[in-house]
Amino acid sequence: MNWYDFLLRNRGEVLERTVEHMGLVGASMGIALAIGLPLGVALVRRRTLQRWVLGVANVVQTIPSLALFGFLIPVPWIGGVGASTAVVALALYALLPILRNTCTGIAEVDPAVVESARGMGMTPRQVLWQVQLPLAAPVLLAGIRVATVISIGVTTIAAAIGAGGLGVFIFRGVAMVNNQVILAGAIPAALLAIVADTALGFLQRRIAKA
Amino acid sequence: MGSLVNVLDWEYALEFRDVTFRLPSGAVLACGISFWIAPGETLVLLGRSGSGKTTTLKLINRLLEPSGGEIRVAGRSNTSWDPIQLRRGIGYVIQDAGLFPHWSVERNVALVPQLERWPVDRIKARVTEMMELVGLPPGEYAKRKPSELSGGQRQRVGVARALAADPPILLMDEPFGALDPVTRADLQREFRSLAQRLQKTIVFVTHDVREALFLGTRIALLDQGRLVGIYSPDQFLKASEPEARAFAASLNSSGGLDSAG
Repeated sequence: MNWYDFLLRNRGEVLERTVEHMGLVGASMGIALAIGLPLGVALVRRRTLQRWVLGVANVVQTIPSLALFGFLIPVPWIGGVGASTAVVALALYALLPILRNTCTGIAEVDPAVVESARGMGMTPRQVLWQVQLPLAAPVLLAGIRVATVISIGVTTIAAAIGAGGLGVFIFRGVAMVNNQVILAGAIPAALLAIVADTALGFLQRRIAKA
Repeated sequence: MGSLVNVLDWEYALEFRDVTFRLPSGAVLACGISFWIAPGETLVLLGRSGSGKTTTLKLINRLLEPSGGEIRVAGRSNTSWDPIQLRRGIGYVIQDAGLFPHWSVERNVALVPQLERWPVDRIKARVTEMMELVGLPPGEYAKRKPSELSGGQRQRVGVARALAADPPILLMDEPFGALDPVTRADLQREFRSLAQRLQKTIVFVTHDVREALFLGTRIALLDQGRLVGIYSPDQFLKASEPEARAFAASLNSSGGLDSAG
């Protein structure tokens, strides 16, 4: 039996796991954006704090994902076995690229443009929303793109703590020593990553041109 | 909150009273500066790099706050103005114009009227008027991005943007500094006649003594954060202070080579 035969025969479950996978990625990216964007903006002018926060986010990034999932299980409130723990861990992974690109993206906006914006009488909020964020958008989107692709990959491991997703096939396949089952999880996951990367890359170029 | 519109009614449009600006590190960038500017006058702040001329300019619209002394705008201490309102009443043009690269020319010019929530048709009419004033036909240039303009054209848009809400005071920080000599001379000529026609009070920063003599009704010479003196263009050439003579001498030595201005 070929792997695509297996895929076809189990398309119901494959589809279900793919949707589950996208749900985990979407939820964790949502949280990472909701925290990372405002935090990044707040850190732009606070150089020392920025170094510390980025340092911590960097350390989180170096924790092997399986270990991070494991560490979170005993943590009260957010921990336990299941999807919510996985979402927290995934959001932590996605945070660094989003934070870092928010900080550098805004910092790289031409200071003459920001100064003339202030000098013309824009409020700090107007400078942020009408000048800094639009001009930082391509760099910001690059961060979101990297975070999304990482997140889609790491989510396969979330199956280890019972979060579901396409990783379920991979772990099942490893246990059964069955490559077809592994590929039934790995190939849709890879396709998801490629599609997300291409779509966000397209968006990034569109924004850079505008 | 009042507006700056009636600045011409005041004896002094702008006044510095013993103004000092110190960085947190302790470096003094402006020290004991006092001068006044009459309405409709063009005062040029002239000095070498690091003489404190840009610092002095930024103190006016509160991009910097003085460490000591007082700056009065239209007879009122500028700290009694809301900084946002104050800046919208003071046009600001910097080197390379500082245009928003992601906005079209017309949107750049419309900036302050739009911030002030003018009605849309009034903004449109004003943008057309301003673009014609600076010699950029709106039909051809309104929809362009700043990256699709030459340096001289960008600077024209910068002037149009600064004038759009009809501010009585205009601050210009080496606006023509990055232009080639021919374009610079064109813009200087046009700007001088514009300044005379519009009756704006202008503070103009430059290190180019030729430009200072050409545009200024008076010249304030700065050296290492201190005001050396204020001169009419005629007085400046005869001044005895060493810094003024250094500038006057630079005029003669480069006179044969550089015919801009």
